[in-house]
Amino acid sequence: MSESFSMNTPLTAADGVPLKTRLQQQRRMRQLKALLLVLPLALFLLLTFLVPIATLLTRSVDNPEVVSVLRETTQALKPWDGKSLPAVAVYDALSRDLQRAQAEKTVPDAAKRLNMEQSGFRSLLQKTARKIPLAPEAGQSTRDAFIALDERWGDVSHWQVIARNGSSWTPYYLMSSLDLRQGADGKPELVPEDERAFLSIFGRTLWMSFWVTVWCLALGYPLAYWLATLPTRKSNLLMILVLLPFWTSVLVRVASWIVLLQSEGLVNGALLWLGIVDAPLELAFNRTGVYIAMVHILLPFVILPAYSVMKSIPPSYMRAAISLGDHPFAAFWKIYFPQTIAGVAAGALLVFIMCIGYYITPALLGSPQEQMVSYYVAFYTNVTINWGMAAALGSLLLLATLLLYGLYSRLVGANRLSLG
Amino acid sequence: MLPSYASPVERVWFYLFRGFNILVLVFLVSPLLAIIPLSFSADSFLVYPIKELSLRWYEEFFTSGEWTRALMNSFIVAPAATLIATALGTLAAVGLTSSEFPGKSLIMSILISPMVVPVVIVGVGAYLFMAPLGLTNNYFGLILVHAALGVPFVVITVSATLKGFNVNLMKASANLGAGPLTTFRRVVMPLIAPGVISGALFAFATSFDEVVVTLFLAGPEQVTLPRQMFSGIKENISPAIAAAATVLILFSIALLLTLEWLRGRAERIRTLQR
Repeated sequence: MSESFSMNTPLTAADGVPLKTRLQQQRRMRQLKALLLVLPLALFLLLTFLVPIATLLTRSVDNPEVVSVLRETTQALKPWDGKSLPAVAVYDALSRDLQRAQAEKTVPDAAKRLNMEQSGFRSLLQKTARKIPLAPEAGQSTRDAFIALDERWGDVSHWQVIARNGSSWTPYYLMSSLDLRQGADGKPELVPEDERAFLSIFGRTLWMSFWVTVWCLALGYPLAYWLATLPTRKSNLLMILVLLPFWTSVLVRVASWIVLLQSEGLVNGALLWLGIVDAPLELAFNRTGVYIAMVHILLPFVILPAYSVMKSIPPSYMRAAISLGDHPFAAFWKIYFPQTIAGVAAGALLVFIMCIGYYITPALLGSPQEQMVSYYVAFYTNVTINWGMAAALGSLLLLATLLLYGLYSRLVGANRLSLG
Repeated sequence: MLPSYASPVERVWFYLFRGFNILVLVFLVSPLLAIIPLSFSADSFLVYPIKELSLRWYEEFFTSGEWTRALMNSFIVAPAATLIATALGTLAAVGLTSSEFPGKSLIMSILISPMVVPVVIVGVGAYLFMAPLGLTNNYFGLILVHAALGVPFVVITVSATLKGFNVNLMKASANLGAGPLTTFRRVVMPLIAPGVISGALFAFATSFDEVVVTLFLAGPEQVTLPRQMFSGIKENISPAIAAAATVLILFSIALLLTLEWLRGRAERIRTLQR
């Protein structure tokens, strides 16, 4: 009797709605409330963080200059085969475009952009624009008049550059950031060796980050282990020595390292006084200085997670291994170390991720040979005002960071990220 | 500790290991200790030995137009950014921990990402986006981006505190007749306050120490303390920087002590609940 009741009639809430539906509704309501609480922050980050980054990403392929200034020319070049000289109509279009651009004062925009791909284009375009409208002699086409003005207008490669920029987006900046260019056959190729720059900058960024991470591990792991084995009262006291620099402004620390490392600084003074060296060592404004300061800044990011992992490992494991006859070193290597790998690797990965985006320390403590990708992003934004290159380098840096961050989240889980 | 039966090799190893770690600790604090005495030097260069003591660099720091304006700007931007980050971050953390919903871990990753994305990218992106809107060279844009950079810290610390939060306390409060707002104010807030405050301190420190975004977004009127130090280090490194550094070190000691005190409080609350 009771069995058939529970089988056939679903349980209902007080108002007769099936309980299952009711619970479902309740759950939906809770989820909706939770989402409403997250919404303000999500919108805020969208506007102050995600949209700006999206702007940066689009800027890396944005190519408005040539299309807007040489509108008719790029249209007329669409059917062009790219091998022989363009038709007279194209020259006519260029003539009209330049005349309009001269009136609107937009010639320099297109000239700057074209000059990036073929040096000399800036002066060519500006010189031509000044002479517009050309007055062809009797029996001369506009094409002849252009070539008479400057023979480069009879050169197919210059026209190829214009044609290549006939679209409002371009892979040019991204390719340049990887030392690639569009070859004569349209396929990407490496630029000549003496013009390569960015691959080595990316390489240097990764290389320096790698060494900073290794040094942080080499100094941080033993210290974290030592702190984890000390009595709590003592380790808390010593932990302050780790946390204090962690909380101190990065600029304060860079300034202090300059004081310590400069040629008449404290470190050199001590070394000279001890008679270890005869002449002051070059410690600041080179790679040594950058390494020292970066390791100093990032060391707590290895020590803190390593310490919290090591604190959670009962010391009895090691004692058991030793009492069972293991050498203390073997016990450490076989029992203790494997338990710390995950936590320590996560810390190291975080240090590496932070390293590849570093800007301040190399900028203040390094020579031009120590500048990493971030520096060139800032350089192209502020100094040469080449936003395309800044955006392209930034996008590649962002890509690298996000790949590593994805790896980090899989390793640690973004939800389990904690501070200190 | 070293047992009395330790072999000579173990003894040597023990002291070597200890020496190494003490050296690493010295490496960590030495820069902070090295710069403080120089701020009291009368010399106009940042070099030892100190020949004559003087407070002239503190006088310069607290009276010159450049430094006082920088100090003032930092105390405008950082509290405002902290306020925004803490309010929005706390709400979001409450939402994120209160219920399971699809895409939660993705949302969490996005909320945390300002901590990981290189600051230069945030700076250039904000500059490219905000310049056409007229948000560069004023406080508003700077405060907004600084707040975005501080958000992850608030979300992380508050979520961590909420994980130890006993939801039954809210039910009990409702059962005793309190409305949702009263419950939040009288029950939830006091319990998660340590987490909220330490998140706010992290957010404050982030903005207070931020220089890269400031380089791109701030005009000459918005130069903050780190920005002023940046140009100071780059152009002429005078002991006024040492004075500024000493003030900042004292400030970070105060932050650290507050945070440790809060941690202790949170610990006590957690043990009380059990």
